[in-house]
Amino acid sequence: MHAVTVTPAPHSPPKSAHQWAVELVGIDKRFGPVHANKDVTLRFAPASIHGLVGENGAGKSTLMSILYGFYHADSGQILVRGREVEIKGSQDAIGLGIGMVHQHFMLVETFTVLENLLLGHEGGPLLAPAVARARREVEELERTFGLEVPLDALVADLPVGVQQRVEILKALYRGADVLILDEPTAVLSPPEVEQLFRILERLRAEGRTVVLITHKLKEIMAITDHVSVLRRGAVVAEFATAATSRQELADAMVGRKANLDVEKAPPQPGPVLLAADGVNVVDARGVTTLKNACLTVRAGEIVGVAGVAGNGQSELLEVLSGMRPFASGRVTIKGTALEPGGTYDPADARRRGVAHVPEDRLKLAVVKEFPAAQSAILGYHEEKGLARKWRLDWKRVTAKTAELMERFDVRPRDPALRTSLFSGGNQQKLVMAREMERDPDILLVGQPTRGVDIGAIAFIHKQLVALRDRGKAILLVSAELDEIMALSDRILVMCDGEIVGELSAAEATEGRIGSMMAGVAETATGSVSGEEQ
Amino acid sequence: MESYFWLLSLLDSTLRLAAPLLLAALAGFYSERAGVVDIGLEGKMLMAAFAAATTAAFTGSALAGLLAAIGASLAMALLHGFACITHRGNQVVSGVALNIVAMGLTAVLGNAWFEMGGRTPNLPAAARFGEVTLPLAETLRNVPVLGSLYYELISGHNVLVYLALVLVPVTGWIAYRTRFGLRLRAVGENPAAVDTAGISVPALRYQAVLIAGLLCGIAGAYLSTAQGAGFQNNMTAGKGYLALAALILGKWKPVPTLAACLLFAAADALQTRLQGVVMPGIGEVPVQLIEALPYLLTVLLLAGFVGKAIPPKASGRPYVKER
Amino acid sequence: MSAGTGPDNLPWWATGVLLPVINVVLALVVSALVILAIGEDPLGAMWTMVQGALGTSEGLGYTLYYATSLIFTALAVAVAFHGGLFNIGGEGQAYLGGLGVGLVCLAVGDMPWYLVLPLSVLGGAAFGAMWGAIPGYLQAYRGSHVVITTIMFNFIASSLMVYLMVNVLIRPGQMSPESEQFAPATFLPLVQDMAAAVGIQMNPSPLNFSLFLALATCVLVWAFIWHTRWGFALRTVGANENAARYAGIDPKKVIILAMALSGALAGLLGVNEIHGVQHRLLLNFPAGMGFTGIAVALMGRNHPAGIVPAAILFGMLYQGGTELIFDYPSISRELVVVIQGVVILFAGALEHMFRPALVRFFATKPTATTKPAGA
Repeated sequence: MHAVTVTPAPHSPPKSAHQWAVELVGIDKRFGPVHANKDVTLRFAPASIHGLVGENGAGKSTLMSILYGFYHADSGQILVRGREVEIKGSQDAIGLGIGMVHQHFMLVETFTVLENLLLGHEGGPLLAPAVARARREVEELERTFGLEVPLDALVADLPVGVQQRVEILKALYRGADVLILDEPTAVLSPPEVEQLFRILERLRAEGRTVVLITHKLKEIMAITDHVSVLRRGAVVAEFATAATSRQELADAMVGRKANLDVEKAPPQPGPVLLAADGVNVVDARGVTTLKNACLTVRAGEIVGVAGVAGNGQSELLEVLSGMRPFASGRVTIKGTALEPGGTYDPADARRRGVAHVPEDRLKLAVVKEFPAAQSAILGYHEEKGLARKWRLDWKRVTAKTAELMERFDVRPRDPALRTSLFSGGNQQKLVMAREMERDPDILLVGQPTRGVDIGAIAFIHKQLVALRDRGKAILLVSAELDEIMALSDRILVMCDGEIVGELSAAEATEGRIGSMMAGVAETATGSVSGEEQ
Repeated sequence: MESYFWLLSLLDSTLRLAAPLLLAALAGFYSERAGVVDIGLEGKMLMAAFAAATTAAFTGSALAGLLAAIGASLAMALLHGFACITHRGNQVVSGVALNIVAMGLTAVLGNAWFEMGGRTPNLPAAARFGEVTLPLAETLRNVPVLGSLYYELISGHNVLVYLALVLVPVTGWIAYRTRFGLRLRAVGENPAAVDTAGISVPALRYQAVLIAGLLCGIAGAYLSTAQGAGFQNNMTAGKGYLALAALILGKWKPVPTLAACLLFAAADALQTRLQGVVMPGIGEVPVQLIEALPYLLTVLLLAGFVGKAIPPKASGRPYVKER
Repeated sequence: MSAGTGPDNLPWWATGVLLPVINVVLALVVSALVILAIGEDPLGAMWTMVQGALGTSEGLGYTLYYATSLIFTALAVAVAFHGGLFNIGGEGQAYLGGLGVGLVCLAVGDMPWYLVLPLSVLGGAAFGAMWGAIPGYLQAYRGSHVVITTIMFNFIASSLMVYLMVNVLIRPGQMSPESEQFAPATFLPLVQDMAAAVGIQMNPSPLNFSLFLALATCVLVWAFIWHTRWGFALRTVGANENAARYAGIDPKKVIILAMALSGALAGLLGVNEIHGVQHRLLLNFPAGMGFTGIAVALMGRNHPAGIVPAAILFGMLYQGGTELIFDYPSISRELVVVIQGVVILFAGALEHMFRPALVRFFATKPTATTKPAGA
């Protein structure tokens, strides 16, 4: 698994000590048993955009948090403009000209933009003089970098894309020379991504250094000058972007030929078990997050849903599983039509034979504090076989959990062990086991292999295919295009809350899905918005 | 004219009764706007009232009493900070604990030291905060309406009443016009934003909690050495909780909090005046209803039946850096 | 089942026994310092307390009588706790519960006690449940925090009771706000009489049949929390509301149910105080037991098996404290209140200070189950 392919360094050696904006040398960091960063050495050139790619959990964010002073490395050096520095906290990082745009914005929503910019950079005990000065300086920055932000608006009232610009502006106002962006496009619409990239180019033109953390290779190819690949905490490859390809990056990221092919027979679709017809979801803010969703899933097929995170897939899963009410349209389960505002909820869904493996395992599917056996009956505690009259029969529950653990290879096989002490893969297998055990007619699965180790991935995939072959209907949502393509018999693509296209497994190629995910017509090219791996 | 003086005297008592509430509510303002829930206003006040009365009894100095009160209250605040900020304990539980400790400790120490069933000795005038007659009050006393208003209502309070009132605009100014205020409000809404701006979240919260201690200290001293002339068992009698209610009713803003304190104090003043009064058509006024009014109002407000109070977003949550 | 297991997988006896013992010892150390500050002898004072609480059958009776009330209010805190709620309203719920008990006892005339008891339990539970369910409803459906609401409800309960006692329930022709006495037939039997019936001699104390009710309630609460579907739903909501929604459990309903149940348990204090001892309605009978219940629950780690010994300990403190003033006039019984506060501080607010130390201690001898397992 560790066939490290370190290619020649992408840059020529420095002419002077000051050639690198930032150097991380031999950074090592452990969190208990997790080795988050292994002897990482990275060098960022000034006036460049440096991409940092890797799968979830590859150690990208930890590394950058060390640079920003959130964590302290166990060993290793950090050099800024050739000088070794010690970064004990964010304050030190800011003082050294390092700025960070976090994935979850660090903004005070009840403050105006200007107040947010001022925070920590007030320049004196009173605000009045600082406000006037800040306004002048920020307007200057806005002109220089083409960042348009209404300074007196409340942050809470601004769209996400503008909030992100506030974050960038904040970093610049604090004097950032090196700007780290953590998965900045995860929350952006394609046009907003375009705007962001224009801003990053301006930053580079003005001599700033940009570090872009992402797992979207298309973005790396479109905007960066250099790229480093992290896998399992270590740098496994470095390239000059112009000299590499998406395929090469993808291979380096996963450490194997990106081959997730699952052996499966051709599908034998039966009757439609699950259907949605014109379903709309309106969230608390009044925004329609799922628009006119229409789909069918037949017995004996896996329908995959592809899309950039946050384009309505989560809402789709939540509506179908009864977690979220829908505003209009109709959902049909095994021939029974459900109207909006009805009594369909997760309990009702289970009664109707709909099982749900949710996207966010720790938040929804297990209770970390419970022993595994109790997490293993979550959602089924009302089931007849588990109780004697009013009493939950723990002996039976424990025995049943032990049996599930055996069948789904959950390790260690200890029903009394706290759920949180199992690894992500084993937790997921436990959840899968619980949901499949009831032999549901319909299985809704979100991100089945997120944070799951390779061995468990293959196992989970095999189970899903086996369930399909038993004539069940499976709807699969995944951010991993490979997974979608490997498992699905049909593929739906979502963008901006809508299902924008459908492809059969045979027609599906990465390119076609990618451009549909980006919301561009298949003929349009050159767009960078959207995800491909 | 008689009803005018009745009104003046009602408003006068309102001011006196409002002052300790206001001081405690402002204390709560600093703590809660920084994201630290303060159920312990009551206990800090009680401890401070006891410290003030005891010190004033021994030294004969109201000022020494005030300083002791502040010291005792700060110690409690520090303990609250230690539990909630340093050890990320449950803020409500810590507040409850401090209230109960204060209730027990003041009674035990008072009994042991003075052997008067928990009371402290009656303080002579010199050991209390006396009434301040404002300039010209005597001269203007006989000017109809405005003169008597000035003499009866505005003049003739002790210095802590004026201090409490002045602290309202001062607090507003600090919260909205200074660097400290900006950071204070920020840390109560999104501590991560403060942390990533290179500012220490614990240091900021400790400052806020200590200011709350300072103000509760003054409030406590007011009870035992300005309004009263000595300490009695459990003399706060829920004023700390009432202040908390005023802060909520004031939606965590200084001026509306002042208004809520005045409202509660007026209800209190009215209630003593209406004891046993038979109103035409209503019969005897149920004073208990007036007594319960502040709490009822707060419940209704929090439930969104009367307006809506939204607490600082991060309040009650210990700050832990995200992994 | 999972009672002793904390987030760090310490052995059950470390969290269930060692930690509470450390808390008690620390609380006693603090009290000893207070006694020293007063200028008395802490060890002598504590010996007097233990003697007073356990040394005579009368003292023991009082100790268990206090413990009875504390078991009810602590169970109330514990049930809410498992639903992720902090109920500080035990005092008000107990007050209202007592009202319910009293109204039942006044209404039934001179029915025999064993027929009245189920009714008075029902009355106390229903009134307490109502006083708990309203804050529960307000949190579930109106978003107002249960902590603040229950505090407010304590004060409202107090005003309401004063109004009712002064204006409605007062025995005519009398000054002090007390109701008529209940018919003697309804009085719960005293334990001393029950003991005498089997030939055991006990000095008079208010300890009554409610003690057995309290112990039975402990078993019921234990079975409810850990061995029923509703208890499972309650604990799921308390641990992770989102997971509960996913599991088809409606957190709103569970919150109301938890608060109603919590209030009902607190309301049973009225059975002990009003039905068992006072035999009439009066003011201020909860006497802070609702708040002490918080300390008892925290020390008993919110488990009935821990709550019973913790309640007895606090009963000892109450009773011993009363005895204390005879030998040590300068120490007042409020010392109990100090200890109670310190216990809440150590066992509740400063929980995170001791736990890591214990975890570190146990981490030095790792077992297979303390490590994350699998790949």
